[in-house]
Amino acid sequence: MDYFAQQLINGLVLGSIYGLIAIGYTMVYGIVGMINFAHGDIFMIGGFIALITFLILVSFGLTAIPLILLVVLLVSMAITALYGWTVERIAYRPLRHSFRLAPMLSAIGMSFVLTNYSQVAQGARVKPVPPIITGGYTLHEGAGGFVVQLSNIQIIVVITTVVLLALFTWLVSSTRLGRDMRACEQDQTMASLLGVDVDRTISMTFVIGAALAAVAGMMYLLYYGLVDFFMGFVAGIKAFTAAVLGGIGSLPGAMLGGLLIGLIETLWSAYFSVEYKDVAAFSILIVVLIFLPTGLLGRPEVEKV
Amino acid sequence: MSGDPILSVDRLSMRFGGIVAVNDLSFDAERRKITALIGPNGAGKTTVFNCITGFYKPTSGAMRLTHDDGHAIQLQRLNDFRIAKLARVARTFQNIRLFPGMTALENLMVAQHNALMRASGLTFLGLIGAPSWRNAEQAAIDLSRTWLDRIGLLDRADDAAGNLPYGDQRRLEIARAMCTQPALLCLDEPAAGLNARESAALSELLLSIRSEEGTSILLIEHDMSVVMEISDHVVVMDYGVKIAEGTPRHIRDDPKVIAAYLGADEEEAIAVMESGT
Repeated sequence: MDYFAQQLINGLVLGSIYGLIAIGYTMVYGIVGMINFAHGDIFMIGGFIALITFLILVSFGLTAIPLILLVVLLVSMAITALYGWTVERIAYRPLRHSFRLAPMLSAIGMSFVLTNYSQVAQGARVKPVPPIITGGYTLHEGAGGFVVQLSNIQIIVVITTVVLLALFTWLVSSTRLGRDMRACEQDQTMASLLGVDVDRTISMTFVIGAALAAVAGMMYLLYYGLVDFFMGFVAGIKAFTAAVLGGIGSLPGAMLGGLLIGLIETLWSAYFSVEYKDVAAFSILIVVLIFLPTGLLGRPEVEKV
Repeated sequence: MSGDPILSVDRLSMRFGGIVAVNDLSFDAERRKITALIGPNGAGKTTVFNCITGFYKPTSGAMRLTHDDGHAIQLQRLNDFRIAKLARVARTFQNIRLFPGMTALENLMVAQHNALMRASGLTFLGLIGAPSWRNAEQAAIDLSRTWLDRIGLLDRADDAAGNLPYGDQRRLEIARAMCTQPALLCLDEPAAGLNARESAALSELLLSIRSEEGTSILLIEHDMSVVMEISDHVVVMDYGVKIAEGTPRHIRDDPKVIAAYLGADEEEAIAVMESGT
């Protein structure tokens, strides 16, 4: 029971990170109907920028951890958002009125570009950082000596995710930008006739998605203590799976899917085998897609006339 | 034609490959008047609308929109959202194109994008909730509510637009177009699918828009009762060319117009008319 509780905590944390990335996939799919395969690499870029910012701040002699974390968060969000904007501007926008597959192929290409760019610029080796946030709480000490722990970094990951989600939900449901995004999602032509700059709204979608991915990248760095140029691939595929599992196009679905994938992966590793954790996650996806093709919270797509 | 046109279409032509959809069409739409564009199916009316609202780049010709302050805009040089933003032209379509998943109120709020955009200082003031933004947001909600009240949908403000009855959706579309505060309102068959009572309510709404808001209206319509009742000026098209224009009374008695609608030639139409009287 204690063991299970501990795995539940671990799964929740991993799921939060997946969920933050998955929102980027689902948002872009909702508004332009394409899968942004470069999004996983945007997450990786976010991790790298967090690392670089952290090292720069430390080399300046800063020691106040909360201040460092805040600056790292803001800087990595801002710069990664710029990456997201640039990718959309140079790789997707010129192809928007091309055939349907074109932007997707371009996205796969962009994913390779970002991966290799990081490899060339930062080297292929895994970049570790010393634990920045230490300590935690012991929740329960079992009879057999097993200890259920909740570390401070886990608390920070979950709280940050919850706060960002609340902020993001508010943005989509009750701001002008959110209304414009939903309008573009439903009918881009009509939105532009009402004066909404569709290109700009799509750019903002990419910017917001990238900023959330940057937060996920930073959390990953803090939680696992390392980044490497290839981490965007697997994390991206997992988050994409999460988005599909929850119902692509649905924001609560993305978060739910992220949590489920995180839990499945952690519990499978804990009780069966670590090697097959990816098999477990993707198998669940296949089963869900067979019985619920639109995902858990997705709406069946209505054909437009 | 004399007077003060808000829109001057000058020798507009639109070809698709070998097909000439609009051929050398010229007409004026008067300021603060209702101009109807009528003609049989396939006459090229919607193509004219698509040129005016930037969907098509005309093959040749010009469309000049003159605002109240005398500022003139060449519509064929604008596209996308600039038609709404700079030229302040709004349009509706033959089929309903509300945002079905958004509430009636939200539909009207989206239409006030530009007013809110100015107040929100390119989004960032809005994100931090600056007072100027709050006031603008409140003003936008007030304007939306005024329009919902005018079309009798105030009590359904928070219902999804897609769940409203057909006739209500039609009126909501017009209200949404009006929320962009247009100088010229282009309506493509607003009475399509409405019953007699709803058509009458529509006529009343359009007349009140003309008299109270001072908005100029360009109208494509097949429902002749609506056209004859509210139009100040009628332009008749057939096979991409203008075959007649004038007051509704004048048009009703024009043999060329009747011939176009009956698909007969002019002499036959005159014969039909004379036998009828």
